[in-house]
Amino acid sequence: MTDSIDLSTVDWSRAQFALTAMFHYIFVPLTLGLSFIIAVMESLWVKTGNEEWKTATKFWMKLFGINFAIGVSTGIILEFEFGTNWSNYSWFVGDIFGAPLAVEGIMAFFMESTFIAIMFFGWNKVSKKYHLISSWLVFLGANLSALWILVANAWMQNPVGMVFNPDTARNEMIDFWAVLFSATAMNKFFHTILAAFLLASIFVLGVSSWYLLKKRHISIAKKSILVSSIFGLSVSLLTLYSGDTSSRDIAKIQPMKFAAMEGLYEGKTHAPLVLAGFLSTNKEGIEECKHAIEVPGLLSLMTHYNSQSFIPGIKDVINGYTSNEGKIYLPITERITKGKIAINALRDYKSQKKKGSALEIDKSLKLFKENYHHFGYGYMKSPKEAIPNISLTFYSFHIMVSLGLLFILLFIVSCFLVYKDKIEKYRWILWANLICIPLAYIATQCGWIVAELGRQPWVVQDLMPTKIAATNIDTTSVQITFWIFTLLFTTLLIAEIKILLTQIKKGPKEGDK
Amino acid sequence: MSRAIFFHIFVKNVYSKLMNMIKNIAQFYFNGFKNMPSWGRKLWLIILIKLFVMFAILKIFFFSNYLNANFDTEEEKGDFIIEQLTK
Repeated sequence: MTDSIDLSTVDWSRAQFALTAMFHYIFVPLTLGLSFIIAVMESLWVKTGNEEWKTATKFWMKLFGINFAIGVSTGIILEFEFGTNWSNYSWFVGDIFGAPLAVEGIMAFFMESTFIAIMFFGWNKVSKKYHLISSWLVFLGANLSALWILVANAWMQNPVGMVFNPDTARNEMIDFWAVLFSATAMNKFFHTILAAFLLASIFVLGVSSWYLLKKRHISIAKKSILVSSIFGLSVSLLTLYSGDTSSRDIAKIQPMKFAAMEGLYEGKTHAPLVLAGFLSTNKEGIEECKHAIEVPGLLSLMTHYNSQSFIPGIKDVINGYTSNEGKIYLPITERITKGKIAINALRDYKSQKKKGSALEIDKSLKLFKENYHHFGYGYMKSPKEAIPNISLTFYSFHIMVSLGLLFILLFIVSCFLVYKDKIEKYRWILWANLICIPLAYIATQCGWIVAELGRQPWVVQDLMPTKIAATNIDTTSVQITFWIFTLLFTTLLIAEIKILLTQIKKGPKEGDK
Repeated sequence: MSRAIFFHIFVKNVYSKLMNMIKNIAQFYFNGFKNMPSWGRKLWLIILIKLFVMFAILKIFFFSNYLNANFDTEEEKGDFIIEQLTK
């Protein structure tokens, strides 16, 4: 069934999508988080009347503006790609994906773009309070945009609230609230925006630390460190919590991804949590974590609040297992068979519809509906196709978690030193804050690698594998646009870094009314 | 008669307030762009170049919507996808 699709087209389309999404996500977290920090600083100015807060607000707003301008509309390219490179997928999910993205476009984006103009052009033209409300609405609009996009993404990881229409070949939404408030959507939204706030806090902390190292703008830098370290510590702890709840959800709905994140080949009761480790290929040719520093029983405890609970490994997901709650997970071979039955039933249904035999139509439809939740497995030739790239998932996950823990430590120390009013005396912490800026970007990108590569081979969990989602178009055209994007994105990134660094070197315009 | 005059004055007032509001908003944006610092102008130039590349080059020459370009009706599109999914 997959013979007619050129896999190199799929691979190039994937590479292009990954490039675009990862580039887009360089800008998104700073926009989401910095908008909050700006609104807090402006609130402090309005409340205290201290002009230094206004100077700080205007300075961070400038950096926010640069980041926003370079990043704005890079996400639209993803929508181009949906229509050209991923037409099967776009049609298949159209009704589900369309609704949240339409709400995002109408409500959130317009809100964000209207109030951003007041935020930048409105100083001394509108009242203090109206300007402040605009700043908060920019924050709200940006984060609402994120909500709808993450809801759409979460649906792909956990397709709920829909029914497949075999006449139109589309999934149709039957329960908007189930899509919006699924545990996966909520976990994804909170974990992603909290991580974005964390990145922005580190950005402000790092840039402010640089001023202290250079002995410039000391008072404003200290004020910025105060806000960013308190905000950063709060959100980093919440990120840890949301990451934990998110992992539990993954363990339930995407056990293969969970096993890959942990490098767990054979399932275990009293499963250990790998703190750090290396993967090696076993005799079945699959990577697993063998050389590790681990805490016995902690993975079982964190996942099911029971240190003796069973955590399925890659082998168990392939061969089938019974969960701690008694739910039976079928072996992949069996799901492949059922998936093929669903695909054949859909074909029969369509051909019987043309012939008009009501009995045969009902028979095919019944068979199709019974096996639809195995549909995507029907495109697999072997159970091994259900395994994602383990090394990328495993290492990205552990890098993300390790950096997250490092950031918590960093915020605790910064908070303590700023409270004691001694931070400028500890140059090593100032350097550490500065060095952590690129590390925060690495951590957020790793998060997306875990989310998106870890769920492979699925573009829609259990229903549509990535190789079926792609349009059967000429590989060369995808290659050409891939390289155009690489050139365009590199140029934009260089431009952003250059403009950003110039403005950081200039620093806040003190005494600017 | 007096009701018609009242309605006429009311519409005139609303119209003039609306026009004033539009004028003020336009003035607000005009002044904002006019007094923009050089880094802001640079950013707008980047945004415009980026949008031109995206919509006038990439979208037109490389990213036509495959289904819209090849099929006229929703039914044809659906049939094509089912054919893709079941062949």
